[in-house]
Amino acid sequence: MSAQTLERPSVPRPGGGAGPRPWVTVRTAMARWGLRGTALLYLGLMIVLPTVVVVARGFGSGVSAFRDALTTPGAQEAIVLTVVLAAVTALINVVFGTELAYVLVRYRFPGRRLLSTIVDIPFAIPTLVTGVMLRALYGPISPVGAFLGRHGIQVIFAQLGILLALLFVTLPLVVRAVQPVLLELDETEEEAARVLGASRWLTFRRVVFPKLRPGIVAGGLLAFARALGEFGAVVIVSGNIIGKTLTAPVLITQLINGGKPEDAAAVATLLFGLSFVLVLVTERLLATGRKETS
Amino acid sequence: MSTPIRVEGLSKRFGEFEAVKGVTFTAEAGSITALLGPSGSGKSTVLRVIAGLDAPTSGRIWMGDEEQTFKTVQERRVGFVFQHYSLFRHMNVAQNIAFGLSVRKVPKHDQRKRVDELLELVQLSGFRDRYPDQLSGGQRQRVALARALAPRPKVLLLDEPFGALDARVRQDLRRWLDDLHRELGVTSLLVTHDQDEALELANRVVVMHEGSIEQVGSPNEIYNDPATAFVAGFVGSASVLHGHVVEGHVQFGEHRVGGAGHLEEGTEARAFVRPHDVRVFAGDRTGGSLEATVERITTLGWLSRVMLRLPDGQVLTAELPNDELEGVELGARVWVDLRRARAFQARDAVTAAIVADG
Amino acid sequence: MSTELRTPRLSGSARRLLVHGGFTAIAILYVGVLVVAPLIGIAWAALRGGLSTWTATLSQPDVVHAYVLTGIITAITVVVSSVLGVVVALVVARDRFPGRSLMSAFVDLPLAVSPVIVGVMAVLLFGRGGWFEPWFSARGIQILFALPSMVLVTMFICIPFVIREVVPVLQELGVSEEEAASTLGASSWQTFLRVTLKNIRWGLLYGIALTTARAIGEIGAVLIVSGSITGKTETATLYILRAFDQNHRPGLDRPARGYRGVQAAGGEEAADMTCGGIR
Repeated sequence: MSAQTLERPSVPRPGGGAGPRPWVTVRTAMARWGLRGTALLYLGLMIVLPTVVVVARGFGSGVSAFRDALTTPGAQEAIVLTVVLAAVTALINVVFGTELAYVLVRYRFPGRRLLSTIVDIPFAIPTLVTGVMLRALYGPISPVGAFLGRHGIQVIFAQLGILLALLFVTLPLVVRAVQPVLLELDETEEEAARVLGASRWLTFRRVVFPKLRPGIVAGGLLAFARALGEFGAVVIVSGNIIGKTLTAPVLITQLINGGKPEDAAAVATLLFGLSFVLVLVTERLLATGRKETS
Repeated sequence: MSTPIRVEGLSKRFGEFEAVKGVTFTAEAGSITALLGPSGSGKSTVLRVIAGLDAPTSGRIWMGDEEQTFKTVQERRVGFVFQHYSLFRHMNVAQNIAFGLSVRKVPKHDQRKRVDELLELVQLSGFRDRYPDQLSGGQRQRVALARALAPRPKVLLLDEPFGALDARVRQDLRRWLDDLHRELGVTSLLVTHDQDEALELANRVVVMHEGSIEQVGSPNEIYNDPATAFVAGFVGSASVLHGHVVEGHVQFGEHRVGGAGHLEEGTEARAFVRPHDVRVFAGDRTGGSLEATVERITTLGWLSRVMLRLPDGQVLTAELPNDELEGVELGARVWVDLRRARAFQARDAVTAAIVADG
Repeated sequence: MSTELRTPRLSGSARRLLVHGGFTAIAILYVGVLVVAPLIGIAWAALRGGLSTWTATLSQPDVVHAYVLTGIITAITVVVSSVLGVVVALVVARDRFPGRSLMSAFVDLPLAVSPVIVGVMAVLLFGRGGWFEPWFSARGIQILFALPSMVLVTMFICIPFVIREVVPVLQELGVSEEEAASTLGASSWQTFLRVTLKNIRWGLLYGIALTTARAIGEIGAVLIVSGSITGKTETATLYILRAFDQNHRPGLDRPARGYRGVQAAGGEEAADMTCGGIR
């Protein structure tokens, strides 16, 4: 990569459309192609190639891959459990994450910055440590875990523990997806609605929410996808009881460790298909969201 | 259907900053009242408090016989037009106008009828399905007005409604709003920093400065009989001459100007002189009493602005029709006659002079 | 109509206060239970073991090796994904060519794919019967169960972080400052270093912080490709997992020595991360 390849000062402004290019010197053309080539090569080798290979191999065997995936012992239960828990996680965090983003953007109160920092903590902590933390808090040797246990609430080695781990890991995804949209909202539109007689709740529903929707949906889908694939935070907390607390990602590692890479690949392909569709949907939503706000 | 607005002893404090300091005035039923002042004078705050968007620190608000002070925004049912339109960007024109009706659960059929009426009124009938970003600034502001009027408010509050538009569109809309108001007769309170707008549209003008009211009066009174130095300096342009009060006149150097009968003998004073109240004579001294030198001449179309230097160094600006310019040329010695001047105590005049310069 | 003035105790503003307070309380409570409570939990557990367990655990050669390995993987990942991430960000934000939106979709793909699947992908590519396996084994290069595959999967997972932080900054920035610099005689490289990089530095730093955090904490993908060989391909997170597995008594959870060690290691890591990983 030569010095000239990194910057092209005469490229048209983003959003300026593909109008006629100003004089393109040989050097800037080289620079553009150098940058473009580097980017394409990097993403091509690192992301596109492995994805294509796996998709080709996974779906190449057609329906049989799915049959394999679903006949693998425990796989069906694991996938259902994973999808359901991911959906519940996304739903809960969409509600509380949106509320949290709203409070962080709109209200001024002591400790607001601290709260904002704490929301980012799950990004910073290794997911496995999240599991360790939950076990330290809710395990039977901790006072909290012991107390809950006496009242018949089991967190560790139960679905509740998995849910808590997933909620923890995905919270910042939703908050950070909604926050920028909220920041860009014109508050006088809300005032206009209030002057016209709309209540607080109606104003939120009819004026604020329609604009937040793309952000909320994108954040929710990201959270869902992340929860679908989460391993580190779950593995220590879940106890991995087949049909009860064994999630699909954990099942895949067990299959690999058990020397059954074909079965693992089948389950992985199914999970991958779900995630891939999700990304496409999210991209589409974000694209339309951007169009609407610009 | 229209109702007077009465504001009593209204104050609003933002932390340490006192934006509005005990303001009292009445906007008469069916008239347009303008709140005029420079930015930061507190006029927009007064409007927002009347609408219920901000809560007053103290004071009371009435619309007709009903006290509004303790009501929420949505209970007050005012029409409010925002400076930057604040249309709902995700709704089209018709949905925007219908919003205030739909939140009050007006039947769909009546909503449609009212929207059609208003589209006609603001001359945008062909635009009902457009979105705000497909409209020009002037069209957006008309939609905003239609939206505010749709629920038939008893009062209409306009916050710098033409502030974001360019000069030509502003002129057109001003005339159009004047016609519209004649037709509807809804009590209107207009916040503006544009004196032309206030003087042209309003029946009464409330001039505000640093959170307090300087003067309340008809446009004519405000312009021709300013009550304070600030009003004299802010409304219309004026030259300021510094001097002392001698026998009811302001004396500077060997010259004097009348209009200081209300001031104490011997104190320092400032005289405000409108450019069109200055008459300039070239040649012999017949009518004029002041001697001056022409320093600069700027043409304003059919008028010319002449900057004159008085013997004691002070500057006086005159505006003359071009056909009276004969003999008035750069460097010429001329005689000046002041048709009218307003004198104020020097202390009050300091801020006004700054405004007049700016 | 009396002109007597009083400070109004507005029902409207009281209601507003109530609503604000309520919403704020809900937000704080949710974050408190979900995020802060486990942090307190681990701090409590880590401190309970005392300082000696910490030093004992952290001086074991396996543990030291695990941390060094994590450090190496993280360093390589951060350097590669920052440099190339900025290049991709420039292309995504500034360049226009067909397929560009597909490109940004691919950038986001690792966010949606389970790390475990990433591991399986690597096995399918480099494992027995994999596409690239013959080529590498013919040259005697070990990919799977060795450092290369561990770095590759970690890089895959970390690709989006820098790009997603830098792209919006670049888009908001526009090119006017860069154009100004070039009219003042700066070369492309000078413009990049002194104008562009300066303007994106906070976004870039945040992206690097996220990359670092994720690289250190990665487990699912690394678990599958590494084989988890103690003293060789065992990273810090893999060590923690093994320690848990060995002392795993479902329902009992006795505080054995290894377990406390894990708590200590995990606790320290958490402390490290919370200080270092946040902007």
